[in-house]
This record gives sequence, structure tokens and C-alpha cells, in this order.
Amino acid sequence: MDILRPILYYAIFPGFIFSAVVGLLTTWVDRKVTARVQWRVGPPWYQPFADTVKLIGKEVVIPANARRTGFLMMPVIGLAAATLASTILWIVNLDPSKSFVGDSLVVIYIMTIPAVSMIIGASASGNPLGILGASREMKLLFSYELPLIISVLTAIVKVGSFSFKNILAYQSEHGVIIWSISGIIAFIVAILCAQAKLTFVPFDIPEAETELAGGSHIEYSGVALAVVRLNMAIMFFVLPIFLITIFWGGISFDGWRILTSIVKYVVIVVIMVLIKNTNPRVRIDQAVRFFWGPMFILALAAIILAKLGL
Amino acid sequence: MSITLKALKKSPWVFHVNTGACNNCDIEILDCLTPRFDIERFGIVLVGSIRHADVLLISGPVTKNTLPRLIRLYEQAPKPIKVIVVGACGCSCGIFRDGYNIVGPVDKYLPVDAYVPGCPPKPEAIIAGVVKVLNTLG
Ligand code: SF4
Repeated sequence: MDILRPILYYAIFPGFIFSAVVGLLTTWVDRKVTARVQWRVGPPWYQPFADTVKLIGKEVVIPANARRTGFLMMPVIGLAAATLASTILWIVNLDPSKSFVGDSLVVIYIMTIPAVSMIIGASASGNPLGILGASREMKLLFSYELPLIISVLTAIVKVGSFSFKNILAYQSEHGVIIWSISGIIAFIVAILCAQAKLTFVPFDIPEAETELAGGSHIEYSGVALAVVRLNMAIMFFVLPIFLITIFWGGISFDGWRILTSIVKYVVIVVIMVLIKNTNPRVRIDQAVRFFWGPMFILALAAIILAKLGL
Repeated sequence: MSITLKALKKSPWVFHVNTGACNNCDIEILDCLTPRFDIERFGIVLVGSIRHADVLLISGPVTKNTLPRLIRLYEQAPKPIKVIVVGACGCSCGIFRDGYNIVGPVDKYLPVDAYVPGCPPKPEAIIAGVVKVLNTLG
């Protein structure tokens, strides 16, 4: 039974099945809010599930000049990594005693794997637009990782520990990190980096529907496309949870706190969707300049303020 | 009916090709996405890559230049794929019938599942065409 438990954690709750279902529901919230912002009605709640099931029934086309293994393997690796990040975050939130030293850094590393796998998969697709998307994704990855890590470090400096357990304990004792000056600055930086990590507008440069016709996942079809989309859905689920854990006191399932947890989650998701709907796409050089300039400086300011105890 | 086909009825993704239309039909197709008609209610979205498509929406008569591309697009699409022709041009070449570069209506080259006549057809007619195609799925 003890051997089975991690597998159950990973495969069902809070791992794959749970993250996939909630992630797909989150993409529905995204589409619905987008539709309401544009004064439309929007799709019904089961739309993302219908999309996924439909894609499973479609033919998988492998382009003649694609590298078969890399092309098909990479979405699966990305999905596994996203699921792992979600599992660690949830287990730590539900039972802080399961936390281990440096798990916040581990989660940050794991969360970059989906982007890296997308880069490799798109490069293996043999499509010029896909390769262009991969190269843009790579530049974007280099630009947002730095401010993201520094803004997370702000919380770590404040708490003085790398593990989620101490971060959560600190927040339940001293109040959440987001209500301090350094905390709110770091949170703003982190949410913009999360936007780029999810390749949402204004940072959807690697996908750019109207320009690269899907970019990094242009050649995926059928089940492979379903896996790519699930991967993005789970990341859309993991990143708000990560931000809540680091900056906003974490998620909890006991009593009334389940309601506040859901409210926190929905608030962050809706903020992201609103940023997505009110901004035009930027060019890749503008994105790199934005993250390495203003965002980097803001994150540094936050870390200095945190060191001063603000 | 299998569950994947049922799901396909709920989320047909459309790839739009212009094989030489006068662009008016294309504007009517985009009308379907506007708040007034909002076909995303039924899960219909326009996709940018033929690999993601379930429905090939063709407007315009087939010209000499677009014919090889059209056939290539059809071959590249993951099956099952449905073909809808929008506009009098695609159905019968319309006003371009005697053009020097026209090689015929779409159904001379591809198996067409639904025709939406009109010059250009109303968005309501296009939606009705899509519904008819989905009903052919069973
Ligand atoms: S059917 Fe009429 S509106 Fe449509 S492409 Fe032909 S000429 Fe233009």
C-alpha cells in the first residue's frame, strides 16, 4: 500500500486526473471571460472536455520531415512535468509536513520543463513556422525566468527558508506576503512572468495565431494536440496555485478556508485573463527588453525592500 | 455513434481557405464570429493550422493556381475531415464561370459535404450549413 500511495497521488489526486479536470475547467473560465469581455455568450462549461475527447478520435499526422520520436515524446514529457509540479504543490499545501528542503526551487525548475519540451517538440516538427515558434519560445524563456526567480526569492528572503512549509507557516503567523510593499511588487512581477510562461497575450509570441498560425504547436494533430493542450491547461492550473502558495497564504481544504482558497484562485485566473484580453501582442525584442529592464529592476527593488524588512 | 464523433459534433474546428473568392464570402464567414452570431457558443472556432481542423471551409471558385494547394491541404488534414463550400462561386463558379483561370467548382476535385449557396450567403445560412454537416455525422 505504501508503494501504491505515491502512484495514486501522482495519477489521481492531486495528480493527473484532478489537475487535468480543474485545468480544463480553468481554460473554460478563460474562454468564457474572454467571450464576456467581447460581449459574446461564450462556450458551455463542457467545451474543453469535448475538445479533448474529439482530438483523441482524430488521426495523428506525422509530417514527412519530422523527427518522429522527439516530435511525439516531448508533449508527453511536458505533461508529466506539469503533473509533477501540480502534485508537489498540492501535497505540500494539504499537508505541510510532507514539504522537503528547497521544494520551492524544485517546483520552479519543473515548471520550466513544459516550455523546454515544447521547444524541442516544435524544432522536431520540421515546419519552418514551428521552428520559428520554438526559437521565440526559447528567447521568451530566457527573458522571463530571471525576474520570476528573483520575485520568488523575495518571498524566500522574507521568510528565510527555501521550503514551502516554512513559507506557509510564516504567512499564517505574520500575515500573507502580498500585503507588504516588497510582496506586492514581487507579486506583480511574478504574475506578468506567469503570463509569459503560459504564452498568453501580450506574450503569446511563440504561438501567434494570426502570424505563425499556431507556431510551436502548428504540426500537432489528434492525440498529440490533445496532450499539448492538456499540458497548457495543467500549467494554467499550476501557476496560480504556485503564486498563491508563495505570496498569498496557500490553499487549504478545511472548513471555510476552502471558500477563500477558491476565491483566491479565481481572482488570480481572472486577472490573468483580463490582462490577456486588454493588451495587444508585443514583439519578441520588446518582450525581452520588458523583462530584462523594468521587470528585473522591480524584482531587484522588491528583494532589497524585503531585506530591509518592508 | 462513438463518443469521439459525439464530441466532434460539439467542437468542430474550422479551417478557412479562399480558393479565389472575391473576399465578400470571407467577410460573411468572419461575421459568424462576431457577438451577434457568436458561433463559439457551439464550440466552433477558427484555427490557424490545417492540422487542427475538423472542417474545411472553402470559399470561391477553384483557380489554376489554388488547385494544387487545395488538394494538398485536403491531404494534409487529419481525418475525419468535412468539407463545406460557401458561396455561389464554390458551388458552381458563380459570376467567374467564364474566367480564363477558372478550373471548375470545388466538388469537381474534393468530396463536398455541404453547399451554402448565395452571393454572399448570410451568416445564418453558413451556420445552417455547418449544422447540416454535423448532422451527417450521425
Ligand atoms: S459567391 Fe459572390 S460573394 Fe462569394 S466569393 Fe463568389 S462572387 Fe464573391
